[in-house]
Formats: sequence, structure tokens, C-alpha cells
Amino acid sequence: MNALAQAGYTTSTGEATQFWVLAVFAVAGALGTVLMRKSVHSALCLAGTMVILAVFYLANGAYFLGVVQIVVYTGAVMMLFLFVLMLVGISAADSLKETIKGQRVLAVLCGIGFGVLLMAGIGNASLSTFDGLEDANSGGNVHGLAALIFRDYVFAFELTGALLITAAVAGMVLTHREKTERTPTQRERAAQRVREGVQVPPLPAPGVYARHNAVDIPGLLPDGTPAELTVNRTLRDRGQIRDVSARALADLAAIEQRTADYQGKALEPDTPADDDGDGAVSTNAGTAGTGTAGEGEGQ
Amino acid sequence: MNPVNYLYLSALLFTIGAAGVVIRRNAIVVFMCVELMLNAGNLALVTFSRMHGNLDGQIVAFFTMVVAAAEVVVGLAIIVSVYRSRHSASVDDAALMKL
Amino acid sequence: MESLIGLLVAAPLLGAAVLLCGGRIPQIDRTGHWLGTVLAFTSFVLGLVLFADMLGKDGEERALQSHLFTWVPVEGFQADAAFQLDQLSMTFVLLITGVGSLIHLYSVGYMEHDERRRRFFGYLNLFLAAMLLLVLADNFLLLYVGWEGVGLASYLLIGFWQHKPSAATAAKKAFIVNRVGDVGLSIAIMLMFVTFGTFAFEPVMNSVGETSEGKLTAIGLMLLLAACGKSAQVPLQSWLGDAMEGPTPVSALIHAATMVTAGVYLIVRSGAIFEAAPDAQLVVTIVGAVTLLFGAIVGCAKDDIKKALAGSTMSQIGYMVLAAGLGPIGYAFAIMHLVTHGFFKAGLFLGAGSVMHGMNDEVDMRKYGGLRKYMPVTFVTFGLGYLAIIGFPGLSGFFSKDAIIEAAFAKGGTQGWILGGAALLGAAITAYYMTRVMLMTFFGEKRWEPDANGEMPHPHESPRSMTIPMILLAVGSVGAGAFFDVGERFVHWLEPVTGFEHGHLPEGLSVAMVTGATVTCMVLGVAAAWLQYGRRPVPAAAPRGSLLTRAARRDLLQDDFNHVALVKPGEYLTRGLVYLDHKLVDGIVNGTAAAFGGLSGRMRRIQNGYARSYAVSMFGGAVVLIAATLLMRAV
Repeated sequence: MNALAQAGYTTSTGEATQFWVLAVFAVAGALGTVLMRKSVHSALCLAGTMVILAVFYLANGAYFLGVVQIVVYTGAVMMLFLFVLMLVGISAADSLKETIKGQRVLAVLCGIGFGVLLMAGIGNASLSTFDGLEDANSGGNVHGLAALIFRDYVFAFELTGALLITAAVAGMVLTHREKTERTPTQRERAAQRVREGVQVPPLPAPGVYARHNAVDIPGLLPDGTPAELTVNRTLRDRGQIRDVSARALADLAAIEQRTADYQGKALEPDTPADDDGDGAVSTNAGTAGTGTAGEGEGQ
Repeated sequence: MNPVNYLYLSALLFTIGAAGVVIRRNAIVVFMCVELMLNAGNLALVTFSRMHGNLDGQIVAFFTMVVAAAEVVVGLAIIVSVYRSRHSASVDDAALMKL
Repeated sequence: MESLIGLLVAAPLLGAAVLLCGGRIPQIDRTGHWLGTVLAFTSFVLGLVLFADMLGKDGEERALQSHLFTWVPVEGFQADAAFQLDQLSMTFVLLITGVGSLIHLYSVGYMEHDERRRRFFGYLNLFLAAMLLLVLADNFLLLYVGWEGVGLASYLLIGFWQHKPSAATAAKKAFIVNRVGDVGLSIAIMLMFVTFGTFAFEPVMNSVGETSEGKLTAIGLMLLLAACGKSAQVPLQSWLGDAMEGPTPVSALIHAATMVTAGVYLIVRSGAIFEAAPDAQLVVTIVGAVTLLFGAIVGCAKDDIKKALAGSTMSQIGYMVLAAGLGPIGYAFAIMHLVTHGFFKAGLFLGAGSVMHGMNDEVDMRKYGGLRKYMPVTFVTFGLGYLAIIGFPGLSGFFSKDAIIEAAFAKGGTQGWILGGAALLGAAITAYYMTRVMLMTFFGEKRWEPDANGEMPHPHESPRSMTIPMILLAVGSVGAGAFFDVGERFVHWLEPVTGFEHGHLPEGLSVAMVTGATVTCMVLGVAAAWLQYGRRPVPAAAPRGSLLTRAARRDLLQDDFNHVALVKPGEYLTRGLVYLDHKLVDGIVNGTAAAFGGLSGRMRRIQNGYARSYAVSMFGGAVVLIAATLLMRAV
């Protein structure tokens, strides 16, 4: 930090080292924000980048801003993001698969063009010297800022106050949902279920009898295929179904094989139930793995 | 090292953020990318402040943060209410001017 | 006296207004026809009063002017509603109101059983008013108003029995053919305004000398076109025969007193223009000569009594136009023939109407025969009209037609011989076809046949309201010519207006020789007709006849010619235009629309609603902006 005290053409070696090391992480965090499939990971990457930026603020003599960056951004804003992520949940929107034709190509082209041009502009600006903030920060960074905010920028400051109030009210107005109708009773819900006739009895419970009782394991239908209906919808939407039917079927097949070997009989080539079960299981396992089937329903 | 490198970094982060805005479909991630762009801008402002030897750049960055905070509140509220009505946080699902 | 001129037009106009716009008042329904007749006679009496007044003055001072109001008071474009009553107009006024009134009287009897009689008289009055306006106007613009009014009234009257499709079609045909002529008149008036800066007769005629011959020829030809339309001259003659679909009094009115005479009036009135444009004048004489032969030939072949008379009218008007084209040596004779023709043609038509009245509206002469015993008055009056039209010495047609033939020879040179020869030939043919009509109708065996309802006709003399006009007209037919000819009375009467000079017959011809030739031709024509129709019984069905006869029955193929030369090309033009409209105009419009539609369809894909797409556009825009900024800095 003492490098800041020097006016001139270069910063201290320490700052340079810090920059080069942290800049790599900052870029990595930014890329992570863009490229991570799950929003939570994106949020965490962004938080990391923001912390690194806070360090850079400090290195640039903006002590107050550096602290505010951590407190407000990394603390409050990112928390808000995570809250909303929790509210909204996970969905097909998280997929990185592009749906608009040519969008990604255009985005990359524009990005490259934008970055190159911006950097060319900066490089072209002949910024070889800099003044440093020694004089400005001589009375303390916070004091200097306060003097400016409450004197030169006081009007803008007042305006931001009004803006924040407005934003707070807007946040409440937008998210507030007035309850205009009575919550249906259990009896009414049952009656409606019968009327609709889609799923009259209660949903079946998850888990496989005597083997697994975790909520993310679907129950099996008589033919051995997993019944997704048994799993909680949120898990279904997230594609977090752990399918164990394949293993059960494999075990069954092995037992039958062994029995056949023991009895000296050739196993009948195809038992229809067995074959169907295999196919269905593999399909379902595949979909569960990529999560697309679940996401499709989630939409 | 010349502080101009901070500017390069700022430009890079900004570009990545902008690309993210166009590439990602999840409204929240898009929003995060916007925050990334704002932060990149702030970094540039702070660097400018240092290069020019006065605090005005930091003041602007400070205001940017305040405005960004307000924006986050409103933006996330909008995302939540859109999610309520459409059951989706994808910006592509809000492609019609009706529900 | 001047104020009476306006009343001349106002009286029949008032009748038309009351009868046509008077509403459903039973009193008018019951007595309207008498109102119309009385107003027509009022007009005639007014004309007589003015005539008497006029006779009391010297020749040069007889013209009266009556300025009603300034019609179009615009700087540089002054049109007055003003009347001029000179000897020429007076002649027409007396003819129109006189003959017109008699036809009104006749119609009272003829239209007795028609439930729309009131409307018929309204139209008749309108016809009279328009015609009077035409001949009394002191400028071409007001004349044009009368001209169009005549066209309208003739349309209404020819199509009076519009429940008959043939009548409606005939009315339409008359109107359309007349419109062609009207276009000529309107062009002529426009040319006049451009050339002379005014429409009034006097200034126009006075400044003729200062204008180039080319312009005058153009004006003259346009006026001739107008005259051809109204007077049924070749090539606009086709409407006249079909116009017989109207009630017979209408035919009489159109053929004798009004309508067809308008063209002759126009040519005589614009005489100064034609005299200064010899080419136009020559065309006038050619048109007259061609038409007089054309009409005569058509008249020979028609079995329909009214159509035969219509052909005769065409032919006689041809004489008048021929005379009018001869210049000052012919104007007076043209008008004189017009007046005498007015008498005998009206008489003939009323006679024909009387015959039809007695024969259950049968018009085919082959189904007449021997009627002289049953309708003696009609026979005598018709016969006198017949003698007049063929130019029997001493009757009115003889004097007027003979004068025209002389004038035609007097034109001199080859033209004179050709025109005179044509007129002579026309006289022979006239005698032939009129004798044919006479013989087939009143002489020979009875060839009556039951009408469409199976009723045998019971020929009888017509009521007095019909016979009195016929008698009066017969008197005119007999005496008018001699009265006019004594001491060249008529010529001197008209001289202040139209000018007059004696024609000089070419070497080797004398007046007596021409008269002798005319009478000889007439006798030959009568003899030929008698040989064909008098000596032998008339076949009830028309024989096939020669090629010329068949062509003449079809009006010398005029309709076929029009159909091939005008209607068909018009149809093709219309079809072509429709095709062009569909393919080209609509094609451009639809093509433009389709182009925009297609373009929009493609552009719409940009507007896909995805915020991210728009964001990419913004991103690209930002790139362009930065590039532009840097470029500007670099430059």
C-alpha cells in the first residue's frame, strides 16, 4: 500500500505482483459467472470477482469504496441474489444450450470486437503518467469523499436518497401479492382432485421397499421401471432423481442367471418384462442424468 | 506497472459481462452479469481517480454503487414477479407482450 | 317587346316544371295535358306577337336583344344569359312553337289512354323550351345549354315507353350518339373562346376575318360534328331510325320542328365561320350529299312506315345541310326547306300516327293496304304531305327543293355537277320511296292481319284533336312554299341575317332545265314505284331482295359498321385496359404490397421478442459506436 504514496510513472512491485495474480482470478471469476451452468455457482464466482475488485479498490487508494464494495456488494447484493435464486429455484433457464439461432456466434463476435476495440482505445490513449492520490487522500480518504459528497455532490446525493426510497417501495410493491381468495380446505382440495380426475388418490411415496428410503429415489412400478411421480416435484424439476432401478434389475437378472446355471438350464433368451424394463430404465437414467426431462416438466 | 493495466482488466471484465448478458438465459445470471459490468466500470472509475489525482472518480463510483443497489432491488423484484406469473426465470420465455 | 322573348322560353319551361315537379296532385293529373298544350300555344302566340312587331320594322332593325343576367361574371370570361331574336331565330321560333303546338294538340288525342300522359306533356314542354333556348340564345354557351336540353328531352321522349327494352335501348343510343356531337360542339366553343375570347355570336362573326383559316376550319369541322349528331347526318345518323321507338308525336316533333333542325340552325348561324373556311364548307356539302342519298336509300327498303319516314327525314335534312354548306346562295333555301319540311314531315308523321292509331299500332306497311276509304282525312292530308315532299309542282316541297338543287348546281365546277347530280338523284329516290309508302298504305288490297292479341284491326278516322293538326299542317305543306317563293319573300326576310346572293348556274344550264330535270326525276321515281307496288299486289312477306335492298333494310349496315369500327375496338380497348389494370396497375400495387409484406415477414424475424436478441443488437451497436469514435480520433 505504501506504493500509493509515490507519485510517478510506475507502481510498486508489490502492487504489480498483486495485480497480476489477482487479475487472473478476477477474470476467471468473471468467466465462471458467465459459463457456470448452475446459477449458484455463477453467484459464487461473481462474489469472488467482487472481493478481488474490492482489493483493487484498496490498492488504488479508494479505501472507503473498497470496504463498501465488500459490505454492500459482496454482502448485501449477493445475498439478495442468493435469496432470489432460492425463491425462483432451478430451471431449464440454467441450461447453457443456445436456443436462438446465431445468438452465441454473434455474442462472441461482438464481445471480441468490443474488447479489442476498447483495449485498443485504452492503449491508444497514451496514459503513461499518473498523479496518484497522495494529495487527495492527505486528509483521509473518507474525509475527502465526505467533503465532496456533502458539498459538491450534495444534490446528487439527495437524489440517490430519493432513488433508494423509491427502489425500496418498488421492491415491496412488485413482490407483494395480495391474497384475494380464501385458501381451500383439505376437503375442498380433495373434491377438486376428484373432479379433475387426473390423480385421484394421494401421490405414491418414494423409495424402494426394504432397500432405499431416500426422497430422491423413485418408487418402482411392477415392471421395474421407476415412477417419477413418487419423487418431490422440486427434485424432479432439478433433475435430482437418483434412479436405482437399473441396479435392482441387474441384481435380479444376476440371480436368475445364477439360478439357471445351477439348474443347468439355458436361460430363456427373452423374458418380455425383463427386456422392457431394461430399455425403460436406461432411457430414464439417461434423462435423469442430463436433467432435460425434468427441466421440460419444470417449464 | 502502470495503473493503465487496471483499465485493461476493467475492459476485459466489462466485455465478459456484456457477453454473459447476451449468452445466458437465466434472468438472475443475466442480472449478475450486469452487476459484473457495473463493477468493471467502477474499477475504471477508481483507476481514473487515481490517475487524475482527485476523488471525483471515486464519488461517481460510489453513486454507481448506490444506483446499482437500487437497481438490484427493483430488478430482482421484477424477476420474482415475472417468475410468479410465468413460472420461469428464463428471459426467453418472456418473449411475448402478454402472458 | 324584348321582355317577351324571355317569356317565349319561360312558358313551356313553366309547363315542364309544373307537370314534372308538381307533385301528385289529381288536378294536374287530369288536366295537365291541356296545361302543356295551352302553354305551347301561349308561346306560339307570343311568337306571333313578336313576329308582327318585327314586320313593322325595317329589315336591318328587326333583331331584338334581351339581356337577362350575366351568367358567369369572371374577369376574362364573361358569359351572359342573353337572347337574340332576329329573323332566323324568328323563323325557328314560329316553326317550333307552331308545329310544336299542333303536335301537342295531336298528342292530346294520341296519348289519351296512356296513364303517364302528364309526364309525356311535361317532356314535350321541356323539349320546346330547350329548343327555343337553343335558337334564341345570343351566344354559343347558352346555345349549348339548349343543345344539351334538347338531347335530354329527346332521350326522355324516345325512351318514354321505357318498359320496352327496344325503346330504352333506342333512347340510350340516341343519347350516346348525340353526345359524340355534343363533344364536337363543346370543343368548338372552347376553340372559339381561345380564338376570339368570347362566345357571343356577333363578336365572333365580326372577328372571323382576323383569324387564320386553319383555326376556323377546325372550329367549323367541330361545329359540323355537332350538327351531324343532332341532325342525324352521316356518320352520326344511326340513332334516328331507332328513335322511332318513341311515341309517334315525338317522332313528328323530333323530325319536323325540333332536334334535327338544330344542326342546320347551327351551321347557318355560324355561316361566317364556314364561309371563311372553304374546306370545312366543302365537308359540310359532302356530308349533306352523302346523307341525302343514304337516307333516301334506307327509306326505300323499310317496311316500317315510321322508319321509312325517318329515312326520308335524314335525306331531307341532308338537303338542308347541303344547302347550308353552299354559303350565302344556299342558307335561305336551307331554312326555307327546313320550314316547308317542318310542315309536310310533321303532317306525314301525324298521318302515320293516325294510321297506326287506327290499325292497333301496327307499323308494318305490308299489313296495311286500301286504307284510303277508311280514313279519308288522314289519306288526304298524308297525300298532300306526300305530294309536297316529292316536289310536286306548286306544292311547298317543290319550291324549296328545286331551289336547293339549283343552288347546288350553281356552286360551279365539278363540285357543282356532283352535288347537283346527287341532289337530283335524291329527288328521284325520294319520289320512289314516298310513292311506295303511299301505295302500300292507302292503295291496293287490304292486307290486314290480327295483332298480337288476335284482334282484327278496325281502321277508323282519328279523333278531331288529331285530324285538326293534320289539316293545318297539310295547308302549310301545300301553301308555304308558294307563299315563301313569291317575290323571293323568304329570301329577303332572312337576308339581313344570313346574307344572300344569287347563284349562277354553269354554262349550258338554265333554271328551266334544272326544274325540268327535277320534275322528270320525280316522275320517273313515282313511275318506278307505281310499276313495282301499284300495278302488282304487294307481297305480305318482304321478298329477299337484292344485296343493296338487304343492306338498306339494315340501314345500309350503319349499325354493323359502328359495331365493327367502334363498339368492338372499344370493347377490346376496355378489355385491354381491364387487363392492364389487373396486371399492371394492380400488379404494381399488389407487388409493392407483397414486397413490403415479404420484407416485413423477413424483418419480423429480427423482432423475435427475445430480449437477448435485442441485447446483441445493442452490443453490436456499441461496437460500431466505439469503432466510429476511435476512427474519428485516429483521423
